[in-house]
Amino acid sequence: MGILDFLKSRPKNTAAIAKERLRIIVAQERSSRASPDYLPLLRTELLAVIRKYVHVDLEAINIQVERDGEHEVLELSVALPEHKPGGGAA
Amino acid sequence: MSETIVVTSGKGGVGKTTTSASLATGLAMLGKKVAVIDFDVGLRNLDLIMGCERRVVYDFVNVIHQEATLKQALIRDKRHDNLYVLAASQTRDKDALTQDGVQRVLDELKADGFDYIVCDSPAGIEKGAFLAMYFADRALVVVNPEVSSVRDSDRILGLLSSKTRKAESGEGGVPAHLLLTRYNPARVESGQMLGIQDVEEVLGLPVVGVIPEHESVLTASNQGVPVILDDGSNAGQAYVDAIARLLGEERPLRFTEAPKKGLFKRMFGS
Repeated sequence: MGILDFLKSRPKNTAAIAKERLRIIVAQERSSRASPDYLPLLRTELLAVIRKYVHVDLEAINIQVERDGEHEVLELSVALPEHKPGGGAA
Repeated sequence: MSETIVVTSGKGGVGKTTTSASLATGLAMLGKKVAVIDFDVGLRNLDLIMGCERRVVYDFVNVIHQEATLKQALIRDKRHDNLYVLAASQTRDKDALTQDGVQRVLDELKADGFDYIVCDSPAGIEKGAFLAMYFADRALVVVNPEVSSVRDSDRILGLLSSKTRKAESGEGGVPAHLLLTRYNPARVESGQMLGIQDVEEVLGLPVVGVIPEHESVLTASNQGVPVILDDGSNAGQAYVDAIARLLGEERPLRFTEAPKKGLFKRMFGS
């Protein structure tokens, strides 16, 4: 390390980026690990149906199975795009 | 009472075999009777790290297929006569291992009075890795402070809690310890490497040891001497500490902070 490097600003904190990316992907993989195999396909097919009416991205659909006592609850949430004035369903 | 410990990681090249060799040797140094088994059929390397590669006559697969007795296949360590190595086969494919066969070998070792059986898992999540962890009482998950290794470790932690005998019998999976290896404190301090806390937080487990990245690990493997036997090596000493913690002793972490550089050194070169 020379004097120029020393005077330059500190290097980017890439460890923080790594941690944030890991936090997200690990959480996601843990939740999908516990859920049934058909969820990804169900999600894709639901997306196709929803897209007939509203344009949403795959990421806008959140689907998971939660255990509530003796029951399993299939939870589905769709984040709709922001409502544009004057626009209706496509 | 005998205990089976699997050394696993998911990702390759993180230090499983180095760790298995040092763990087995360290336990033997404490007077325990130890067997260390290489589950990496087709790609055996534990024999090289332990320095007994020229004494392999029969291997794990020979014992499983009853072509040799366990006694014939166990290689006694040159340095500790209470330490034995069971080499992997170099010629057969991974399907040569069977669940019944592995169980039979482990049961025979237990009946022979071994205190610890260390199972050195291959990388990946295929049959060899699955069988290495299946019968374990405890797991040592080796992880590097690097994204792919951390992610794979989480996958392995999931398998330990679902695809093992302890999980299937309702005992809640195999209890796991994290061992952070190839740790470089200077790079952590400059924000270029995940720190101990980062890894602990992401995986939700405390570390049982932190092995610093050090040239002595390569020197040791070059010579076929487990690094734990190198008294002058920080990595070796960190293994000694980690094993003491595995056995229930409390020890503070060492070698996890970078040596302080003076202003002169920081300005005019390292």
